[in-house]
Amino acid sequence: MSGEALTWAMIGIIVGFSTGGDVLTARAMKEIGDLDDLRHTSGLLGASRAVLLNPKFILGVLCLASAFYSLLTAVSFADVSLVAPAAAALTFLSNAIVAKFYLKENVNARRWTSAVLICGGVYLLR
Amino acid sequence: MVLLSIVFTASFGDVLLSHGMKQIGEITLDRLPTLLLAPVTNPYVGIGVLLLMCFFGAYLTALSWADLTFVLPSTALGYVVVAFLGKFYLHEDVSFKRWIGIALIVLGTGFVAGGPSLTEVPETQRLPRAASDVR
Repeated sequence: MSGEALTWAMIGIIVGFSTGGDVLTARAMKEIGDLDDLRHTSGLLGASRAVLLNPKFILGVLCLASAFYSLLTAVSFADVSLVAPAAAALTFLSNAIVAKFYLKENVNARRWTSAVLICGGVYLLR
Repeated sequence: MVLLSIVFTASFGDVLLSHGMKQIGEITLDRLPTLLLAPVTNPYVGIGVLLLMCFFGAYLTALSWADLTFVLPSTALGYVVVAFLGKFYLHEDVSFKRWIGIALIVLGTGFVAGGPSLTEVPETQRLPRAASDVR
């Protein structure tokens, strides 16, 4: 595999882990419910326990940690000014796609436009 | 308010962490303890880590009442704050291309902020509440 292909493969892995992490934590938080309400009924300890013991939250955090270490690995051999913004920008798009089908969110034209604009904006920041 | 906390804790946390790590210098394997002790030995790293912990708490709170596709664009505003901090606090050069990128992010965030924060789901299709088992 050439250097460029390897770099884009690593970007793909980072995007995959980041999207998995974001979507799983979002799903976990929806299952748990409004944290402010939960804090009122169960206290801070109860709310923290509900979050920290949720399997989807644990898996989501593991995915986010894997994304972080994949990023560290990628920047050890590839240009950080390409890897970081490309991964961040593509994650905005992949999150919109997965949120629509897995989280059943209403990703309407307004949200698609927003995801594309931010994706382009983040890429221009490099 | 929670979304503003997300934007500012993430951006200030990143900038302080970056400032602190530059003071500490390059980390190699034989200097691993320096990295592990950095949050205690360097105030910038310590406050940066605290702010990023606050960011994660605020991010989770927002996700508990809003859609992921609503919250994520708000976090992108942090890139704008970092660019301004880079320009005026760290005195970095921010190119014309970056200002265009910033304008696109602001526009994109404005687009999503004008819509509803949560997808309305009929009562019968709502996700099961795992918290009810824990309460």
